[in-house]
Amino acid sequence: MRSDLFLLVCLAVGGVVFAAAMTLGNDYYFFAGYVVLQYVVLSTAWNVLGGYCGYVNFGSAAFFAVGAYATVAIHRFHPMPIPFLVAIAGIASGVVGLGMGYLTLRLRGAFFAIATLALAVVLETLTVNWDYVGGSRGAYIVRPEAIAPFGSYIRYLFLIMLLIAIGAITIARLIERSRLGLGFATIRDDELAAEASGVPTLRLKLIATTISGALMGMAGAPFPYYIGFLQPSSVFGLDYAINSIAMPLIGGTTSWVGPLLGAVLLGSLQQIATVTISSAVNLLIVGFLLVGFVIVAPNGIIGLIHKYVQHRPDILIGRRRIAADAPGPTP
Amino acid sequence: MIFSFDLLINAIVSGILIGAFYAAVTAGVSLSFGILDIVNIGHPAFVILGSYIAYIVNTTFGFDPIVTSIVVTPAFYLLGTIIYQIYYVSFEKRGQESLRGLAFFFGLLFITEVSLVLYFGVDYRYVQAPYIGPTWHVGSLDIPLRVLVPSVVSLLLIAALQLVLTRSFVGRAIMAVAQDQLALKLLAVDPIRIKRMAFGISIATASLAGAFLIIIQPVEPSVGREYIGRVFAICVLGGMGSVPGTLIAALLVGIVESLTSTFYGPSWAPAVSFGFLLLTLAVRPAGLLGR
Repeated sequence: MRSDLFLLVCLAVGGVVFAAAMTLGNDYYFFAGYVVLQYVVLSTAWNVLGGYCGYVNFGSAAFFAVGAYATVAIHRFHPMPIPFLVAIAGIASGVVGLGMGYLTLRLRGAFFAIATLALAVVLETLTVNWDYVGGSRGAYIVRPEAIAPFGSYIRYLFLIMLLIAIGAITIARLIERSRLGLGFATIRDDELAAEASGVPTLRLKLIATTISGALMGMAGAPFPYYIGFLQPSSVFGLDYAINSIAMPLIGGTTSWVGPLLGAVLLGSLQQIATVTISSAVNLLIVGFLLVGFVIVAPNGIIGLIHKYVQHRPDILIGRRRIAADAPGPTP
Repeated sequence: MIFSFDLLINAIVSGILIGAFYAAVTAGVSLSFGILDIVNIGHPAFVILGSYIAYIVNTTFGFDPIVTSIVVTPAFYLLGTIIYQIYYVSFEKRGQESLRGLAFFFGLLFITEVSLVLYFGVDYRYVQAPYIGPTWHVGSLDIPLRVLVPSVVSLLLIAALQLVLTRSFVGRAIMAVAQDQLALKLLAVDPIRIKRMAFGISIATASLAGAFLIIIQPVEPSVGREYIGRVFAICVLGGMGSVPGTLIAALLVGIVESLTSTFYGPSWAPAVSFGFLLLTLAVRPAGLLGR
């Protein structure tokens, strides 16, 4: 499918999702849906670096926080419309991503992962000591009650996050099918061989860290409006890091479908668990699912489906034949 | 901040004491990450687990935390061997240790932390012992015993580890498995068994480090996080798997952190070790005493 067509399909699906949420009428669905969509963006962004290039980023929370704090800083200076803030946050965290790429150019595997963790702590320390955005006390942002055509403000935020998610997925799919994606895959499979064959691995890595960082920052930009009170310890929390790793790994890291699937499944599960059990238990579920999936199904849900289809190539044809042969409605 | 000589000396001494404790926390990672190439990013979680075991035994029976932690080392050793076995079968054997192995240990870290939160809540916990409280005054120097005792035992632990690694057969086999597994096989030694033992020992040290931690400071489940970076910074700075290097690096990080928090404020201290880490990785990836 061509990319512009794909974008149209995504927009159509997004429109259906938004319309469905509107007809449900209850604002709770928007609050819950916003979080799920936010994870769709985060896990898609993580996958650009983690899944396509094979570089594990433990610092997702840092990029998310850069986006969120960009909003806070600008808001304190002068309140601006959110789409504008999203763009600024994307640029800011893209620059941080580029910087991280430069710092860690020579690092591979575990060292890169640890360096990203280090980056997160350094940024958290800077934020805690930065009084303009509230420091360790945190920052309040008063969310307007309502906004023109949407009714309540959360619907507006939901729509923005929906559009960011669609944008992220389209970008991820575009990367996958371009020369860029092929280059990323060579880095993942064998960086030395790629370098030896003339693939500009350093430049590609910088592009990957920048795109991944920028998308994560965009996911963070509307967050202060959503949460109302931003605190370094919560926005830099491990929850974002583990979720943005667990979701692509559970869904499958090789294509854009995996992170989307993982984020929607795991995100919804967490929302349900938060309401029905408790918010600590839902994190425990994520932990167990992550460990379980990396042990049992290393290629995620997508991998499981592929394996099933490969082992039973007749599965699709077979079903059709049975359906045609059967005299009455099949159970 | 007024610069005073007393303050400087005090900061350096407390840095050395804390540094010795950092060495004990890092010892396990030096074994697993430095020697075995297993990126056990969840090591601090096991340290916290050790803290909580020391806490439970201390509050219910009143036993000394350090003695308790020594008594439970076999259990930690066993836990370590089980985890290694899972890791080996699921990742090392399949050749997927890099990305998924990392995620595995990250998941373990998370599970341990959240389980502790669910069971004990996020309140700070502390232990009782005769050496917690009193402080030695030597001239203008203040040495709190609650830091001195764990530091001294830490140094003993490091010395013991170094002796085991350099003098015993198993220790030498552990050093050898990092270099050449095939050669080890030719000597009729099962490298997997040696790795399992080494990982068991690495987790066993977490039990001791946990007891030291809860003696030095009150502990809540997420305290482990700030140790992830510190521990890996020390491990890398020390030269990946060199025990003396680990000790030197730990003392260095301890002193610099202590100076930073004395002269700039404690909120800047966490950035120190990470700054060290980033610098080391960028400038001298082989560390101080790299192999």
